[in-house]
Amino acid sequence: MENSRRKFLKTAGYSVLGVAAGSMLIGITPRSSTGAAEQASGNPEYKSRDEALKAERWGLVIDTRKITARINRNMQRACHREHNVPDFVGKFGAKNHEIKWIWPTPFKNAFIEQDLQYISDHLKRTEIPVLCNHCNHPPCVRVCPTRATFKRESDGLVLMDYHRCIGCRFCMAGCPYGARSFNYRDPREAIEELNPDFTLRTKGVVEKCNFCAERLARGEAPACVEASNGALTFGDLEDSSSDIRKLLAEYHAITRKAELGTLPSVFYII
Amino acid sequence: MLEKALSGSKTYYTLVLGLLVIIGIGFLFYLQQLDFGLGITGMNRDVTWGFYIAQFTFLVGVAASAVMLVLPYYLHDYKEFGKMTVLGEFLAVSAVLMCLLFIIVDLGQPQRLLNVILYPTPHSMLFWDMVVLNGYLFLNIIIGWNVLSAEKEGVPPEKWLKPLIYLSIPFAVSIHTVTAFLYSGLPGRGFWLTAVLAPKFLASAFAAGPAFLILLSFILRKFTNFDVGKKPIQTLAMIVCYATIASLFLFFCEIFVTFYSQIPEHMDHKLYLFWGLDGKGALVPWMWSSLLMLITAAVLLVFPSGRKNEYVLGLACIFIFFGSWIDKGLGLISGGFIPNPLHEVNEYIPTVPEVIISLGVYAIGFLVLTLLFKIVVGVKEEVRG
Repeated sequence: MENSRRKFLKTAGYSVLGVAAGSMLIGITPRSSTGAAEQASGNPEYKSRDEALKAERWGLVIDTRKITARINRNMQRACHREHNVPDFVGKFGAKNHEIKWIWPTPFKNAFIEQDLQYISDHLKRTEIPVLCNHCNHPPCVRVCPTRATFKRESDGLVLMDYHRCIGCRFCMAGCPYGARSFNYRDPREAIEELNPDFTLRTKGVVEKCNFCAERLARGEAPACVEASNGALTFGDLEDSSSDIRKLLAEYHAITRKAELGTLPSVFYII
Repeated sequence: MLEKALSGSKTYYTLVLGLLVIIGIGFLFYLQQLDFGLGITGMNRDVTWGFYIAQFTFLVGVAASAVMLVLPYYLHDYKEFGKMTVLGEFLAVSAVLMCLLFIIVDLGQPQRLLNVILYPTPHSMLFWDMVVLNGYLFLNIIIGWNVLSAEKEGVPPEKWLKPLIYLSIPFAVSIHTVTAFLYSGLPGRGFWLTAVLAPKFLASAFAAGPAFLILLSFILRKFTNFDVGKKPIQTLAMIVCYATIASLFLFFCEIFVTFYSQIPEHMDHKLYLFWGLDGKGALVPWMWSSLLMLITAAVLLVFPSGRKNEYVLGLACIFIFFGSWIDKGLGLISGGFIPNPLHEVNEYIPTVPEVIISLGVYAIGFLVLTLLFKIVVGVKEEVRG
């Protein structure tokens, strides 16, 4: 009796070791580097439309001199309506559970690493918009244990697979810009007007700005750019003749926390 | 051997029943969390990890501390630890079990847990944490159980166990190192971005874990016939003493680098923890009592006369266990998230359901620990005759 039980445990032990070793091997073998993204783009079923806007690396230039409180409001409203972002603060007063993809914040909060001793009156007065930077070296992608968040190789956008995300929130700890939000409760309860053209999230997953990947695929500009009254310009950072490259050639622009080496794709003209 | 866990005194049954009740209540609250979402906890947009992940981090240390018995006993043939080693291994089993449960209750979508295995991602530290935690769990189950059953039969442990025992030593170090790497590799989180995080984790683990084992041995001696003896306790007390001093030293190094360099991004988190920031400082009294407890314990233990007095030793162990618990279980995670990347201060206070769910997980761990220790005591009594 005792002996057979020990034998069983022995066998169980070996098989567990085998499984552990096997899964480690699978982990080490190089697979598609970006997982979901590559599978999608490599699949002939998913062709992009003719009218889709394409770029090697999407980027955004924000001209802070043109930003006003009204523009900030319009951009956030357009973005949050487009993407079914729940308004937990307005509906339940739940500041803790706030979800925001783009939002205005004082310059001293957006650029904590800059010298803030004698900033200009304009920067003291005006809040500037912050959002996901779609980094070229995104730390959130590095830390995600399921590759639910990934950098799309075709255009450099950092995107999310809401159906794969396990809700561990490692990406939120990894993001140095506070750009990500978590669904602490069911978002359906706090969406005023549902946009049927964009996905709904469930409770328990992370979400963030997707650079309006769904609008780019239809040949439309990102919602915030459209609502920005010319303060925001988007385009291909790798194309030297693009509008944003012309802007960057003409004016000195800065990115948030450049010292971290994340290489943001969102630039600010001060 | 399992039958040893099935019969016991009235006290034993009461303990098991009590733990089952706590587990049941915790589970009911977990069902509520599953239904509503993690919004029933105190976590927010800025402090995205809270009590659960903090307990996980603390318990990884308790689990890793088994190596402080395994290493002297098996590598240095330190015979005095013979009676205690299996206790350390079974403590590790229950601690790792709690770690895994704390990760699961922290997930927003726990039913997708297997995605971590379906899409293995070597560049994520969480993937490696899963690998080493599970590996360490199974190693300790296999080793502890087989060594104990060999003892019951009065035969030497089987030869194939030796390599597994040696393997468990680097595994113990790895679970706490990889857990530290979860935090210390994140750009823009100045509080955790320090190379001494992993060494500090290990030092405080080798203090708190063995301190807990000493307390458990006292409890076993009081309630059962099982006495591990004076000598191994004294050796462990020495390990606890030096590990506490080492962790305090590493803490001092961190404080020096942070406050001599005066880099705000690194200072602000520690200012929040120990002095408060923007008028908010919920953790200030906790952090100071933690520091005070650890320093007092180190002073009490460093003198041989203090260490040899079992009342002083017990008190010091309680100080070290709770001091480290506050440090890792309360300060470490919140401190990293406050202030947030935009330098705003949003505090985190755990909610009642969150604490009850945590108690439920602890009760599961203590239930497993009780059953395993009951088996150990039963076997030791039987062998002694």
